[in-house]
Amino acid sequence: MLNTVTLAADIKAPSMNYEALAPMLIVFGAGCASVLVEAFAPRAARHIVQTVLTLVALIAGFVALLFVDRDGLKTAADAIAIDTTGLFLQGTILVLGLVSVLLIAERSLTPGGEFVAHAAVAPGSTDDKKLTASVYSQTEVFPLTLFAIAGMMLFVTANDLLVMFVALEVFSLPLYLLCGLARRRRLLSQEAALKYFLLGAFASAFFLYGVALMYGYAGAVDFASIHNAVQADRGDETLLLMGLAMLIIGLLFKAGLAPFHSWTPDVYQGAPTPVTAFMSACTKIAAFGGILRLLYVGFGELKDDWRPLLIGVAILTMLVGSILAVTQQDLKRLLAYSSIANAGFLLTGALAMNKEGVSSTLFYLVAYGFTTLGAFAVVMLVRDADGEATHLKRWAGLGRRSPIIAAVMTFFMLAFAGIPLTSGFTSKFAVFSAALAGDAVSPVIVGVIASMILAFPYLRLVVLMYVTEPGESGADVHVPGAFTSAALTLGVVATLLLGVAPQPLLDLAEQASQFVR
Amino acid sequence: MLSLLWLIIALPLAGAAVLLLAGAPPLRRLGADKWGHYLGSATVGVSFLLAVGAFFALKDRSDRHYEDQLWSFIPVGDLQVDIGLLFDPLSAVFVLLITGVGFLIHVYSIGYMADDPGRRRFFGYLNLFVAAMLVLVLGNNFVSLYAGWEGVGLASYLLIAFWYDRPSAATAAKKAFIMNRVGDVGLAIAIFVLFAQLGTITYDGVFSNVDDLSSVTITVVALLLLLGACGKSGQFPLQAWLPDAMAGPTPVSALIHAATMVTAGVYLIARANPIFSASETAQLVVCIIGAITLMIGCIIGCAKDDMKQVLAYSTVSQIGYMFLAVGLGGPAYALGIAHLLAHGFFKAGLFLGAGSVMHGMKDQGDIRRFGGLAKYMPITAVTFGLGYLAIIGLPPLSGFFTKDPIIEHAFDRPGWTGWVFGGAALLGAGLTAFYMTRLMVLVFFGKKRWTDDIKHPHESPAVMWWPMVVLAVGSVSAGYLFYRGDALSDWLAPVLGEPHEAATHKIEPGVLTATVIGVVVVAALFAAALFWRGTALQEQPVRSPFVIAARRNLYADAFNEAVLEKPGLWLTRILVYFDSRGIDGMVNGLAATVGGTSSRLRRLQTGFVRSYALTMLFGAVAVVAALVAAGWR
Repeated sequence: MLNTVTLAADIKAPSMNYEALAPMLIVFGAGCASVLVEAFAPRAARHIVQTVLTLVALIAGFVALLFVDRDGLKTAADAIAIDTTGLFLQGTILVLGLVSVLLIAERSLTPGGEFVAHAAVAPGSTDDKKLTASVYSQTEVFPLTLFAIAGMMLFVTANDLLVMFVALEVFSLPLYLLCGLARRRRLLSQEAALKYFLLGAFASAFFLYGVALMYGYAGAVDFASIHNAVQADRGDETLLLMGLAMLIIGLLFKAGLAPFHSWTPDVYQGAPTPVTAFMSACTKIAAFGGILRLLYVGFGELKDDWRPLLIGVAILTMLVGSILAVTQQDLKRLLAYSSIANAGFLLTGALAMNKEGVSSTLFYLVAYGFTTLGAFAVVMLVRDADGEATHLKRWAGLGRRSPIIAAVMTFFMLAFAGIPLTSGFTSKFAVFSAALAGDAVSPVIVGVIASMILAFPYLRLVVLMYVTEPGESGADVHVPGAFTSAALTLGVVATLLLGVAPQPLLDLAEQASQFVR
Repeated sequence: MLSLLWLIIALPLAGAAVLLLAGAPPLRRLGADKWGHYLGSATVGVSFLLAVGAFFALKDRSDRHYEDQLWSFIPVGDLQVDIGLLFDPLSAVFVLLITGVGFLIHVYSIGYMADDPGRRRFFGYLNLFVAAMLVLVLGNNFVSLYAGWEGVGLASYLLIAFWYDRPSAATAAKKAFIMNRVGDVGLAIAIFVLFAQLGTITYDGVFSNVDDLSSVTITVVALLLLLGACGKSGQFPLQAWLPDAMAGPTPVSALIHAATMVTAGVYLIARANPIFSASETAQLVVCIIGAITLMIGCIIGCAKDDMKQVLAYSTVSQIGYMFLAVGLGGPAYALGIAHLLAHGFFKAGLFLGAGSVMHGMKDQGDIRRFGGLAKYMPITAVTFGLGYLAIIGLPPLSGFFTKDPIIEHAFDRPGWTGWVFGGAALLGAGLTAFYMTRLMVLVFFGKKRWTDDIKHPHESPAVMWWPMVVLAVGSVSAGYLFYRGDALSDWLAPVLGEPHEAATHKIEPGVLTATVIGVVVVAALFAAALFWRGTALQEQPVRSPFVIAARRNLYADAFNEAVLEKPGLWLTRILVYFDSRGIDGMVNGLAATVGGTSSRLRRLQTGFVRSYALTMLFGAVAVVAALVAAGWR
């Protein structure tokens, strides 16, 4: 009897600060409700119900976020740290997630939308032919997206390695599925999903192994204990460094940093474009949120050890991304390599190890997220009979046929290239100056060179659209529906605003660069 | 009232934006071609009313100084450039001139450009010019001045090339733009030097710290500013663009290339008077430039047969007088400004008159083919005549009250230089009387020498002649009103210093005045006698090298071509050679290297997940090895 009492006293339910967790809980709850909608709502109504539910949940989550205490606190047995950085990242994920959902919900460009009607039907079979014409789509994309967003929100506030790993899987698994749901070119899409899954599993294994090694080193998996152990310099240093290396590998993969980037072009190309947009904006935020927390909160003491490594990674990533972008013929692959290079720029800011490093990385994530979402939204509009026309040749002469869309795309390309008065300039300037202040000169030099190289593929698209004579195979530009228009407008406005008047967001990011340990 | 100062600039700027954007295809529906000219005139008119209000508000302030910081423009490190307005007596005078004369010329253009399909665009450019010119004179720092300086340069370029399908206009516009570039570089470098030395570019900051600069720096800055002023004001050696600029529509010649923009150089020197006053050398150079230019303008003016060309060279020469005045310094600063104002009235009036004549004579400008027009265009003849009397400086018209004291002060300059400058100014007055009388007589009096296609020359419509009347009234009264009892000098005293009379005169003022009037009357009568019976219809061959030189603009174009253009062309060719062989080769080589690397690296992207996994494994080994190695170090 006595024994049981003691045991019961030992396992005390951890105190939960529901107010601080409310944003996440709302999105998770909406995800569960969304699954129920799939089960019970009639098929014809599902799309509209799911769209409304998802958008409302994301907005509600964002509103709840505004009321969270900003002093920084730990909750759920210190497994979750709700600090300003975490809140900023969560808010960014919610906003950019919302914009992505607008693209996911778009159905006016092609009957039924970008997603397949029955994912289970084998590509190439007789049933498959009917699917293309079907006006339905696999509305499971909405609960999957909600779970992915909620997982990302948990990931960026995870305060111990185990929660971090769980969150990593919670947001990764839905993404693997989402990648395979394209309506057109289904084989390519499924191949992308499988590749992403296999390689993602490989990377997750590294991460999990890192968690185990770290437990072996510190006897705990939370960042505070690990930090204390490192400070006290107890335990086996080889164990510590091996464990850190494994953890870093897992995160480098998610962020698409070289040499763990090879999945990016294939997956970006194969996945349905709204999902690609979602990944390039939100996954990047989650991954860099994790990297920032790991480096600044958990292993800040070891910065002399990991900084040379990450400087090397950043340099390699920027060079690989920019050089390979030069010869790409497919727009989605081009944007994939651009996203790799941009991950390198982001890492340059992140490894500065100062306050500006955090704030500039946060700013960059927001700015880049809006621009890349906008660019992919434009990709969705340029289509032919087989769906999106992503080969660059098909974009020739677009400036004459649809000047407005061409102008918008040009604007995004200029932003990617970092031309002043766009957010691309401000954000690059911010990360480079942070890195300089943090004495990381070499990645800045390479970063400027990489930006120069990248200007070529970006401007080549502009030249194609305006100067090159349109060939016979020119693609049509569809009139964007309300959702895509909204997403495009948001992308353009944010890119312009963050380029012309970046100070308010810079200030916010500055205030947000405060971790709790 | 003074808090509304920004509106004076904003109104024409908004007008320019509306008028120019209204040409875009989606906005054509607005039909701006029908109401654009009214909008364009109205913005400048309201600006003028605001300027008058601001003028009286300024008068009531005891310090006659109003500054207003609008917003921070470039806050980078030590460089703090704020957009701020400065309204003091000097800028007030300019603002009134720009908006007042500007408004009249806008109204005139409604009639003059009535048949031109590009009238909306024309008014858009005119509004743009007015806005830029106001930025130039209303800014409280050198960067604002520079912004306005470039803005008026742009507007001038656009307006000279307004009829861009005429090769002569397109060429003239390019010539103006490029020659102005030369001066602008001087102005820009002057601003750089000021910032490097003083760390500030506000007028206030610079002028109160002039003493901290070494005398060499002051002279260098002043000469660089002078270079800028020479470019914009068509002064020696950068005068050759101004006469060519007459290829633009006549209202443009009146507003930009006679009354306002070309006087920006005078404004610059007057505004920077603390710098110029601190350098004797610079002042002497300004005087020399002014004297040379006024002689050049007069000499070439005598040899020209095109109505607008004659007026253009007379502009060059009159601005020479202004430069001479501001170069003399001290009390003569105010004289330069006074002459500028008077010139703004009578020269604008003369150009509008010329426009009116050409309007009635099928756009001809050759004065040898006019004659006897006074009967057919009485209003034009009278208003033009009043402007003519004003420019040659006969009392009691404005030119007399402004030009005569300049000549007087030139003689009063100590030492032998006074005799040289005074003599040049006096001779210039005589020559001015000669060529202006020739113009007046050949156009309006004597026998008809019209070409055959002209049967019934007509007076211009009311919308054109009443601005001419207003300007003529101004020509008659302006100089007198401003100069009586040193009113203008007193008004400008907070900026240019207290006026004080020289204690001794080289020549007794009364004697000198009589001499000037005598020279002018004799020259005018001589010209009248010579040309009353008309002139040859074609250019006559002459032997005198003097006349040939004058006909060829004193070889200014040949000089530019030989000294600047030819070596410039060779330099360009050499640079192009090195650029295409050396630099391009390097750049192309680099690009080829990147492209080649890219193609080779692409092969690593096989599409096989096994090779990706292998890459990751290698990467993982490398990462672990790097970290562990870093730990052992």
